[in-house]
Amino acid sequence: MSDLLFHLFALLSVACALGVVFNKNAVASALCFLLSLVGVAGLFVLLDAFLLAVLLVLVYAGAVVALFLFIIMLLDMQGGDRKRFTKATLLSSTVAAGLLVTGLVSFASHGLVETADPATVKVVGSSLRAYAEQLFTVYLLPVQIVGFLLLIAMLGVIVLSKKFEGLEDVK
Amino acid sequence: MAVVTVERKPLTFLERTYLPNIAAGLATTFKRMVQPVETLEYPEQRPAIPAGYRGVPTLVYDPNGREKCVSCQLCEFVCPPKAIRITPGEIAHDDANAHVEKRPEEFKIDMLRCIYCGLCQEVCPEEAIWLQNQYSMTGYTREEMVNDKKRLYELGGTLPDTHFKWDKKKAAEEAAAHGGAHH
Amino acid sequence: MFDFYFELPLLVRLLLQGTVVILVLFPLAAACSMAERKISAWIQGRPGPNRTKPPLAGFLAPLGLVASIPVLGTLLQKLGIFQLAADGGKFTFKEDPVPGHVNKFYFILAPIASMIPALSTVAFVPFGAYFDAAGELVPVALANVDVGLLAVFALGSLGVYSLILAGWASNSKYPFLGGVRASAQLISYELSMTLSVLPVFLWVNAPGGQGTLSLFDVVQSQSQPGFWGGTWYVMTMPVSAFIFLIALFAETNRQPFDMPESEADLVGGFHTEYGAFKWSLFFVAEYAHMIVGSGIFCLLFLGGWNPLPWVPLATVIDWLGFLPFAAHPLFVGLLSITLFLGKVGFFIFFFMWVRWTLPRFRYDQVMTLGWKKLLPLSIANLIVYALGIAWLQTR
Repeated sequence: MSDLLFHLFALLSVACALGVVFNKNAVASALCFLLSLVGVAGLFVLLDAFLLAVLLVLVYAGAVVALFLFIIMLLDMQGGDRKRFTKATLLSSTVAAGLLVTGLVSFASHGLVETADPATVKVVGSSLRAYAEQLFTVYLLPVQIVGFLLLIAMLGVIVLSKKFEGLEDVK
Repeated sequence: MAVVTVERKPLTFLERTYLPNIAAGLATTFKRMVQPVETLEYPEQRPAIPAGYRGVPTLVYDPNGREKCVSCQLCEFVCPPKAIRITPGEIAHDDANAHVEKRPEEFKIDMLRCIYCGLCQEVCPEEAIWLQNQYSMTGYTREEMVNDKKRLYELGGTLPDTHFKWDKKKAAEEAAAHGGAHH
Repeated sequence: MFDFYFELPLLVRLLLQGTVVILVLFPLAAACSMAERKISAWIQGRPGPNRTKPPLAGFLAPLGLVASIPVLGTLLQKLGIFQLAADGGKFTFKEDPVPGHVNKFYFILAPIASMIPALSTVAFVPFGAYFDAAGELVPVALANVDVGLLAVFALGSLGVYSLILAGWASNSKYPFLGGVRASAQLISYELSMTLSVLPVFLWVNAPGGQGTLSLFDVVQSQSQPGFWGGTWYVMTMPVSAFIFLIALFAETNRQPFDMPESEADLVGGFHTEYGAFKWSLFFVAEYAHMIVGSGIFCLLFLGGWNPLPWVPLATVIDWLGFLPFAAHPLFVGLLSITLFLGKVGFFIFFFMWVRWTLPRFRYDQVMTLGWKKLLPLSIANLIVYALGIAWLQTR
């Protein structure tokens, strides 16, 4: 039962991820992304990580994709003529693919995947308290850094998108 | 002319939260909700028709039961949409109302044409045609919507009369015939 | 008595539960539409739909028989129950044209997608409770999970996709604007909504606890003995309740926030091109969201199935001790469900009452209210309560 569901969700998320890339219609791409996220959330549920699953749906499926759709509809993006590959895109995609393959190979050959006792994993995975403790003790610094990065990105977007009367306002 | 610019009063804090006004609105609607409904449920409940209402044109009898129309056809001529058709008829000599000379043999008002203008009532020298309080005319066919004489009198009934024009005329004629010496 | 049920295979049980939810929620949402018509009528001094009466012949004869019961039949007729049945029949059987200019696949997908969050969120809402053999209070819910509230929020936030899809697939300008408005409004108010419930969970998750987002635990923490244990959170956290309620209005697209379908400026908004059964699915979804949202509000701030503040369910059961069946789980469960549904019903009424009282906000007012007033207010509320709760609980 669980295996079947795993294959189902895995297939859903991978197929939809491919759909995101290959769809010509921006809205259809966004919806494929949504379904892909739902598939990943299903995988999290199978791992008893309810909180992660719910947060994934709430934040990404609920808000981020809605924002994507809002922007797509607001800018009235049309699919259709895509630029052919240029040298720059070819180069960058080759580098990216190389990095990905290297990463996967190194992970497979040298990676330390802890096969912990499923019982303890379950406790850590489903308990809010465990999450919170990990987040605010062990991973406090990464969380803070990511938060600052997001804040800086947001400020950057505001500065870029807002029309300033004079340069004095920026300073 | 001096123009006085009235400064708009700034809203207070409470007004800017909308809340007191929302509460007042809710109170108003709630009060309305517990009051009895205003709707007249039409076919069962009928509206009270005010006096002088101009509904469907009808023919009327005088209090003695004589049909007042003398088929002068003035209404037929005046009717703007030509809704009225009258077939005049003689009154037999042995009839009680023989002195009136004429009555309509047939009187038809096509209610699909009638515009309820009331000119027929206005023009009638005999006060025989009245727009009364009937306001709902329905039918399944065009024929049903044509009121014939019988139906017109059914709708009209008897109206009080103060003139008794033809009775007075008859009385005067009879008086003249009996004691013409007075003249 | 119900042992046979628990001996069924899990899949059959889940299917049964799901069917029951649909069978209950669907007519309940439909009944809400009739309630809406009746309440609007009463507010406007009208009697509302009160004439429809099924005939005693043909395939409607069973309904006709009900309608001809002396007092009850007339009452049902006056309440428009048969009108409701007629409406349902009309929506099911009338012609359902698909306009030529729409994107067919997404056009048909949208109303179906609206059903998914509408019918699945209710699974995480505990709507009653009973005492098991050990005297422990057990919630009546399809899935009493630890992350209950988050799950409801997550699934509920998917509801907007049906609106966006409908607006986009209709391929004409008014529905499109409706869809754009729906997405913007959802994003604007979801933040305040989530922030407004945080103080409740800060208080519920006292230091040393296991940590929970379960709605059942919130109700439990409002039914403790003592003065502070028995107060409802609407009394201790009125600002939170207020923000949550406003955000709830916005999230369910109810007046004064029904931007996506504002008839005055957008014809019908996202559902302009829809008709018949597809259109009615949107409305069932809206009412289902209202029902679930009201339920969440009652659980969070109004003590769930506790009849009064400081009077938890257990006390009432004690008072009713003279009844021979007072302690029976079935009786307790039914009593708690009734109490809970009563509160939810009041909120449904409140939604409608507000709808027929207030005019619609302008779109810029909706955005200003969401971002410039409600969001700062909810952040300030969170900070104040976080400090206050930290001080109270570590004292």
